[in-house]
Amino acid sequence: MPQAHLRVWRGGDDGEYREYDVEYSEGMVVLDVLHLLQATAAPDMAVRWNCKAGKCGSCSAEVNGKPRLMCMTRMQLFDPYETIAIAPLKTFPLIRDLVTDVSHNYAVANGMPEFAPGPPAPDGDYRMQQIDIDRMQEFHKCIECFLCQDVCHVIRDHSDNLPNFAGPRFFVQLAQVSMHPLDEHAKGDTVSAGFGLDYCNITKCCTDVCPEGIHITDNAIIPLKERAIDERFDPIRALGRRLFGRGDGRSH
Amino acid sequence: MAQATGALARERRYGKTQRRDRWWLEPVLVATGLGAFIAYSTVSALLGEHWAFEVGPYLSPFFEPLIRPDWLPDWFSPALFILPAPLAFRTTCYYYRRAYYRAYFMSPPACAVREPAGSYSGESRFPLVLQQLHRFALYAALVFVPVLWFGALRSYWHDGELGVGLGSVLITVNAFLLMMYTFGCHSLRHLVAGGLNCFSCSTFRQARHRAWRFVTVANEHHRLWAWTSLIGVGLTDLYIHLVANDVITDPNTWGSF
Ligand code: SF4
Ligand code: SF4
Ligand code: FES
Ligand code: FES
Repeated sequence: MPQAHLRVWRGGDDGEYREYDVEYSEGMVVLDVLHLLQATAAPDMAVRWNCKAGKCGSCSAEVNGKPRLMCMTRMQLFDPYETIAIAPLKTFPLIRDLVTDVSHNYAVANGMPEFAPGPPAPDGDYRMQQIDIDRMQEFHKCIECFLCQDVCHVIRDHSDNLPNFAGPRFFVQLAQVSMHPLDEHAKGDTVSAGFGLDYCNITKCCTDVCPEGIHITDNAIIPLKERAIDERFDPIRALGRRLFGRGDGRSH
Repeated sequence: MAQATGALARERRYGKTQRRDRWWLEPVLVATGLGAFIAYSTVSALLGEHWAFEVGPYLSPFFEPLIRPDWLPDWFSPALFILPAPLAFRTTCYYYRRAYYRAYFMSPPACAVREPAGSYSGESRFPLVLQQLHRFALYAALVFVPVLWFGALRSYWHDGELGVGLGSVLITVNAFLLMMYTFGCHSLRHLVAGGLNCFSCSTFRQARHRAWRFVTVANEHHRLWAWTSLIGVGLTDLYIHLVANDVITDPNTWGSF
């Protein structure tokens, strides 16, 4: 059986890395190996997980410095005698071992605009065309693993930006509302300065780590930035609005 | 919003990064590649008349369209009329921003590698807030697409005779690459239809949606077009200079220029 040499963060902020050797079977993922470790040398090690299928977003951690889902990280990825460092998400407060407190994200979620459709058609139905919603399908795949929030340097390296910056996961959510053909928000409401879109410098780390392969930067953030430019920066649009007005301010 | 406080406390223990792959390779390559192009294009553009840039039917793309009024002093290179547009277009391009923010500003140097700067305000303040004006650079760049194609067509016509040379091929490839780079622009994607919420609402919008799909295809490989067009324009310029200064001979159907 192959053997893994792990270096796992143990304890809280004043904790330390501890080294473990674990025998594991072919085909295992990092989370499996941690479970073996829990069953043997480290029964009190805290790890958060649920589905083991890359769909619940619970097992986010940093494996050899890269934000990843541990249940989707195969042991084959590593050289047989390589030390595998496993650390908790760095951007959020540590509870213990590999478990962080991601409630910051829930607080942000509460401040996000929700989908707000107008009244339905006279027969009580809402109708939309497939081509109008195709581009939003990928946004629905988000599993809220918060790996993108973790890797984003705007808050990872500058926690003072946390109150001003919703973060990539929530830009995906904003794009979903902003682009929806039935949503009735004024366009400015979904791209307002308060979300911190202009803190993002489009360096694309969120896209790189997203386990669902959502094109966060290209398909959510940049389109939102362009919408924000329509609203707040483009002098020609501003002149157009002044001369011709724009009804209810919607983008439809 | 809740404050996360853990990161800084643990920062010291984690060091700059725990990544052990060669994360520094990409920023080094980008910094070198961009640096080389900037250095070469500055020299080539500033030399102007001191380093011949046209020969036979070929004109370097740095000088296309050629603006050379009689009163223009010798030391003023005609490229200076042209290059501000592509320079503004590329520096404010979403892809190049990513590239140089990472490679030159180290903001961040690579993903999950700590950035050296103590504070960060992204593109929310002057001068970086000016990046928002990218679409105006796009308008200028769009003018150059037909201009470069015109230059490409002209490169097949010399001495009243239709023909072809390696130079014509390079100029054509260059026009194509710059077109694909321009047509994959994120701002263009927004302007053609990305800003709409209902594509299906009118025939005109459906047409705009088709244009959006085309721009999206080009946009998916925007980085590729950004680099190939950058290398392409540099090599085309170099080739024409070398031919024009008799360093190499252009294989073509006209014999010689
Ligand atoms: S692209 Fe923007 S949101 Fe995504 S990680 Fe980079 S700075 Fe953060
Ligand atoms: S956008 Fe991707 S990385 Fe971010 S929370 Fe959703 S699934 Fe995770
Ligand atoms: S355990 Fe559900 S995503 Fe890993
Ligand atoms: S985004 Fe790259 S050219 Fe506009």
